[in-house]
Amino acid sequence: MIKLEHIARTFKVGDELVHGLDDVSLDINDGEYISIMGPSGSGKSTLLNAIGLLDKIDAGRYFLDGTDVTELSELEQAGVRREKIGFVFQTFHLIPRLTAAENVALPLTLAGVEHEERKQRVNEALQSLNLTDRAHHRPDQLSGGQRQRVAIARAVVTKPVVILADEPTGNLDHASGIDVINILETLNKQGITLLLVTHDIELGERAHRIIHMMDGKVLS
Amino acid sequence: MHIDDVIQFSFHALQSYRTRTYLMLLAMAIGVASVILLTSLGEGARIYVTQQFSSLGTNLLIVLPGRSETTGGMPPIMGETPRDLTLQDVMAMQRSRHVKQVAPIVVGAAPVSYQQLEREVMIMGSTANFFSVRQVTTSRGQILPEMEISRASPECVLGYSLYKELFGSLSPLGKWVRVSEYRCRVIGVLEEEGMSMGMDMGEMLIMHAASAQALFNVNSVFRVLVEAHSQDEMDKAREDVISIIRERHDGEDDITVLSQDALLSTFNRILTALTYSLGGIAAISLLVAGIMIMNVMLVAAAQRTTEIGLLKALGAPRKQIILLFLTESACLSLIGAMLGLCFGLLGNWILQRYFPDFPFQAPDWALWSAVAVALSTGLIFGLLPARHAADLDPVLALSGR
Repeated sequence: MIKLEHIARTFKVGDELVHGLDDVSLDINDGEYISIMGPSGSGKSTLLNAIGLLDKIDAGRYFLDGTDVTELSELEQAGVRREKIGFVFQTFHLIPRLTAAENVALPLTLAGVEHEERKQRVNEALQSLNLTDRAHHRPDQLSGGQRQRVAIARAVVTKPVVILADEPTGNLDHASGIDVINILETLNKQGITLLLVTHDIELGERAHRIIHMMDGKVLS
Repeated sequence: MHIDDVIQFSFHALQSYRTRTYLMLLAMAIGVASVILLTSLGEGARIYVTQQFSSLGTNLLIVLPGRSETTGGMPPIMGETPRDLTLQDVMAMQRSRHVKQVAPIVVGAAPVSYQQLEREVMIMGSTANFFSVRQVTTSRGQILPEMEISRASPECVLGYSLYKELFGSLSPLGKWVRVSEYRCRVIGVLEEEGMSMGMDMGEMLIMHAASAQALFNVNSVFRVLVEAHSQDEMDKAREDVISIIRERHDGEDDITVLSQDALLSTFNRILTALTYSLGGIAAISLLVAGIMIMNVMLVAAAQRTTEIGLLKALGAPRKQIILLFLTESACLSLIGAMLGLCFGLLGNWILQRYFPDFPFQAPDWALWSAVAVALSTGLIFGLLPARHAADLDPVLALSGR
């Protein structure tokens, strides 16, 4: 489903060119559960951002569901992100002034989904993550684990084909972390492709396939 | 994205930065209110002057000696001394069949005294016609009697406040007052009347034109008021007056004839221009408010960097982020403009209560153009921050760098 061919991404740090991604080729099938591991600066997040179309790539081709998404315009890429990709971030990135339900509804609101349908889908998402009683709380009234669950609900409410999770447990205690991973694994079992960036070896090894990275290269 | 969602999102954002939003609204409101108040001041002045002029009397021509050239440049130093207008000229004007009546005006200042009380007032020399041309009547006694224009007669009519000052509650009729070194008998008192054309008719003594000429030792008249039979005959009357005087002054056009309309329209033009320029000055404050909106929205974009990154990650294209930010500045300026409208109209109302004589009235164009300018500055100055926000790199934005 995701096919990367010789992807490269370079950054300029001072006078030096740093290879964020260096000739990365990768095939990911539908419904896979992959963890991306490696030391800081190895290019894990850069890879995830490139797959999520948040970052531009300098060379190579990227096929998502058979389309070459590197060729798409800014508007079309936004559409792909909206319809096919769900993001889960380390720092949750919930909008503090909106309630849990409004945060979950945000991608649907941006997509212009009708009020009725939006409400129904938000309720479903909240329910599946046991957040129904937290729907009208704002992020600052929620615990870390609850916040990440709201963020996951926001990621899945659009019914994406792939979830990109960048250190989703990084800001959580161990128990909440395990809880969040369990939720993500459940979603994976329902058929969503899951890409998980982590440097927690214990969590990483739960994945079906582990990609090790170093200096912008995929080692295995 | 539905428009109601866009507006709701913007409102949420504005609500969460309350102080900043309120200050911004205040700036916008002050801008709009000042446009409204200043233009209503200008418009009020225009209406006030127009009213004053229409109280002058209708179908009126004002004849003054000397010709005011409109060619510009320096007036000639030598020659061109206009011939004076005399009472004979005034009588001659009466010959035109388009002229209903003519009133000469001789003015000067002189001390007027009764017993120990003395006042320095304006002396107006004219005829019985003056009263009907200027539409003034007496509250007691009578107006100057009709008589031959060149005859002097020691009779006078007092303005209301002059009468109060000199006589208090005594009846002035038949009493003799001293005007400089002449004496004249009071035959009437004018009605109590306000200011008219900047001349306080209350502080005035009216006597026969010939008597005033003797008093001030002149042979000329200061102005001649000519009333035509109707509005349509104004032009004919003007031509007649000019040709009669040309005939009498050896073929020279040495008078200027002003019509009330011409005066009015000139003042109208001047005061309308004044209103526009006051509005323009006030519009500068709207511009300043616009720049403040830009500043505030730039800060908002900087503060909400991660939010913008998130919106992009959730699939908001560039356009949509521009739309969201523009809606915020549009909401700010629109609400600010509405507040300003309320402040402005309220201020107007308060001014009207305190100065009931002066017609404060914001012209309609000022109301809608103030709001339009406010809205468009909000949008124009909101565009830069909105584009700035939309151009953020989502990866950097999300990492909070």
